[in-house]
Amino acid sequence: MDYTYYPGCSLESAHKSYSDSVKKVFKHLDCNLIELEDWNCCGATAYMGVKETLSFAISARNLALAEKHKRDVIAPCSACYTVLSKTNRYLKQLPDFHQKVNECLKEAGLQYNLTASVRHPLDVLINDIGLDKIKEKCVRSLKGLKIANYYGCQLVRPERGFDDREVPMTMDNLFEACGAENVYYPFKVKCCGGMLMTTYEDIALKLSKEIIASAVENKADCIVTTCPLCQMNLEAYQDLINKHYNTNYDMPVFFFTQVLGMAFGFDEKELGIDTLLTKGIKLNGLTTIHN
Amino acid sequence: MKTESVQLPGKLSKREEDLRSSFLKQLETIPNSEKIKSCIQCGTCTGSCPVSYAMDISPREIIALFRAGDLETLLNSKSIWICASCYSCQTRCPSLIKVTDIMYALKRLAMEKGIFPKKFPAPALSETFVKVMNNYGRLHEPLLIVRFLLKTTPFKLLNMMPLSLKMAKRKRVAYVPSKIKGLEGFKKIIKKAELMDSPKELLEPQYLKGSVGYSAIAKETVMESKK
Repeated sequence: MDYTYYPGCSLESAHKSYSDSVKKVFKHLDCNLIELEDWNCCGATAYMGVKETLSFAISARNLALAEKHKRDVIAPCSACYTVLSKTNRYLKQLPDFHQKVNECLKEAGLQYNLTASVRHPLDVLINDIGLDKIKEKCVRSLKGLKIANYYGCQLVRPERGFDDREVPMTMDNLFEACGAENVYYPFKVKCCGGMLMTTYEDIALKLSKEIIASAVENKADCIVTTCPLCQMNLEAYQDLINKHYNTNYDMPVFFFTQVLGMAFGFDEKELGIDTLLTKGIKLNGLTTIHN
Repeated sequence: MKTESVQLPGKLSKREEDLRSSFLKQLETIPNSEKIKSCIQCGTCTGSCPVSYAMDISPREIIALFRAGDLETLLNSKSIWICASCYSCQTRCPSLIKVTDIMYALKRLAMEKGIFPKKFPAPALSETFVKVMNNYGRLHEPLLIVRFLLKTTPFKLLNMMPLSLKMAKRKRVAYVPSKIKGLEGFKKIIKKAELMDSPKELLEPQYLKGSVGYSAIAKETVMESKK
């Protein structure tokens, strides 16, 4: 099946490994990801706080470009996914506002007719491809790997999407199918602090610390996430958290496609696992079943 | 909270009236925003909020202050900028109030009116974000962080060095910002949208007209029931 691929800004630079692993995983499952030509930033969480029509108009530009291709849009970054689908939903609910946004788009010769559909790769994996096919395509078993599945905020909220908002299970089911063990993880939808890491560092450090502490407490080998900002806060800032709270955490934080990629037989380099900053990578105990 | 800034319900200062009509205008881009009237002050939002412990005015109080007609106190608080947009409150509100979206509307109001607490980093971040993005069509994270820190706390740039070096070593820093091809059209969209956002025709949405404070809401309900 073909999908339109919307990488988003952070998957172009700091989190290229996420983009690479998404592409690898989908190719392995015989799905074609075609990058949306000339996409622009979705606006993330910062833009909404500045101008209203503007934030919707720039986000709608992407949807207008995407709807021409009549394919579902895949956005791996949780913030992009939420912003794009929120724009889509609100424009459908507010016809006057939709008209206003279209007037803006007209300046660039574009028009958005509300036909695009925004999906997250996790949604596509579970609901389009299905766990049976994923199981079939597994080359390695993830047996022995203890995972703390961290969904964060933007993937499952605000509206009910493809998973529950309080106790999401899609990622748990995915890794269970691959043979991994999902640990009890009450912090799976708690906020990591997001953009506060740059503005109110103390608050974000506290929130991120609690998320890591819960994973450590429940004896997880790694945290697995879908969001580049969460990955950044939980992993790149781990040193700072250790310094701040006098702790000794060394918890790897993977993107879910990196771990799935391991099950599909790709090596660490192909999936960008070597670009992680934490030392304690514990994926070496994996056993090969097919070859 | 300054006592003189708290007006009796139903009576508003000119400044407050102006803030209120601008705010109601912001609410227009939120579907079902009239639900703000049905807040039962249960505090589920505050209880669900992971950052309410650091706020000077809790989410529950924010809605109450709006209804009491005191947006100015609200805009001068840190609370709206501490909101991390995690949507926990919005998901759990039993009255279906879009609390997070209202936080965004308040942020926009503060930016528009230029009212925020002193020494404040969050609006600067949003502003820098917008500037970087308008030039490239995409966000370049290193540029955003450097510009933001230069503007607010330059000494922090030194603190950031170890992390930046570590990231660079793992090839996680893109040195050149990527630019979109349709930048000209993109800028035209922004210009048009800004025109729409800025000169505000200060029309109040019909449903909230005149409803200020609890007494006004009560009056309205009585009138509705008489019909």
